[in-house]
Amino acid sequence: MTESYKKTLLDPLFESNPIALQVLGICSALAVTSKMETALVMCVAVICVLALSNVSISLLRNFIPGNVRIIVQLTIIASLVIMTDQVLKAYVYEISKQLSVFVGLIITNCIIMGRAEAYAMQNGPFDSLLDGLGNGLGYSTILMATAFFRELLAQGTVFGVVLLPKVSDGGWYNPNGILGIPAGAFFLIGFFIWALRVWKTDQIEAEG
Amino acid sequence: MRHNALYTILFSGAVCVVCAVLVSSAAVSLKQDQLRNAALDKQRNVLFASGLANPTDRLDSEQVERMFENIRPIVIDLETGRETDVDPTSFDQAKAAKNPATSREAPANRASVQRVPNQALVYEVLEDGKPAMAVVPIEGYGLWSTLYGFLAIGNDGNTVRGITYYQHLETPGLGGEVDNPNWKAVWAGRRIYDDAGTPAIRVIKGRAAPADRAPFEVDGLTGATITSNGVTSMLEFWLGEHGFRNYLQRFKEGQDR
Repeated sequence: MTESYKKTLLDPLFESNPIALQVLGICSALAVTSKMETALVMCVAVICVLALSNVSISLLRNFIPGNVRIIVQLTIIASLVIMTDQVLKAYVYEISKQLSVFVGLIITNCIIMGRAEAYAMQNGPFDSLLDGLGNGLGYSTILMATAFFRELLAQGTVFGVVLLPKVSDGGWYNPNGILGIPAGAFFLIGFFIWALRVWKTDQIEAEG
Repeated sequence: MRHNALYTILFSGAVCVVCAVLVSSAAVSLKQDQLRNAALDKQRNVLFASGLANPTDRLDSEQVERMFENIRPIVIDLETGRETDVDPTSFDQAKAAKNPATSREAPANRASVQRVPNQALVYEVLEDGKPAMAVVPIEGYGLWSTLYGFLAIGNDGNTVRGITYYQHLETPGLGGEVDNPNWKAVWAGRRIYDDAGTPAIRVIKGRAAPADRAPFEVDGLTGATITSNGVTSMLEFWLGEHGFRNYLQRFKEGQDR
């Protein structure tokens, strides 16, 4: 039993990563990964919303009428996201300013509704909590890795600490402009997916 | 699971009510904190522009309050440049600029400013009880977004003391370098007005000479020509006749009294 809990929690990290394998939630992975600090807050926000939405939808799963279930799920998710946004604005104003619209856009992050529809509607609240946390962590793994390389190579810093002094600041490092813009994250995520599929060959889709 | 229509309607209604209660109680209970944060953020940026504090200082609200004891926020009339008796703590310039009764349409300008408020909130920094600096709000379009910031001007009404942007969505590493402390440091000591009294300060391409040799020029942002031009345009507008020129003139004359 504990083995299956562990599987629910940890599988989304590499075995069925929401970004790398399910290819969900790419939009925000491109947008908020220019700095590690903002990416971290985004990850925490997504983990909270995902865990809470999975639990509440799982608790209601036997009462939600099948024909309006998507609307009910979306109502619950949207409410959680708005509350998260309010909390961020009240307690970490600086960072919420940088995240701007992307917290609100968690509502449309396919991972959240994907997990609600695919998992929480069929499983109990505790399993759903683990599934939510696991998928949130899987999302966070990719986000933090992307943010690490983008911040380091585009700005020469990690969490704002200067590691590679930039030429414009009197150092020697010539920053990489492409990684500074969201499109740069596309390349990085592509490399991650490649690396993951070299490591776990069963994730490679059959050709043709 | 099969449910009849009445159940579906009642269930949906109940979910909506519960969610609405949760969302509105979160919004109401956190509102005070949020407003305080937004106000504090602006105050911090006034301090950054005037050079009284550094963005890396991470000031808390008490420190900001203490530093603000030497700063006098006033609401001025943009046309005459005179101080008005409007209470600066309740004055909302963004709101005033939207209201047709308290604003007018902006003349054609390159900063994409649509409306100009009749009144504006400025901050006078006192040294030994005498005004030493004026911090005025500036805003204008860059590449992706409107940039909002402050410009600090010395008591000659002509020398830049500092600049800061507190809100923008420019590309980090390119246009986002308006936040770079080294770039902001280049501004100090540059002049605004030429002999004819028109704003001449501008962001050039490449590096500007020191302030004594190139008083009207500021280093360009590498790879961000459009943001750089946006900065030039918004200064041209807000320091010109429709912006703070009359106020700065009065501010300078006020020193001679």
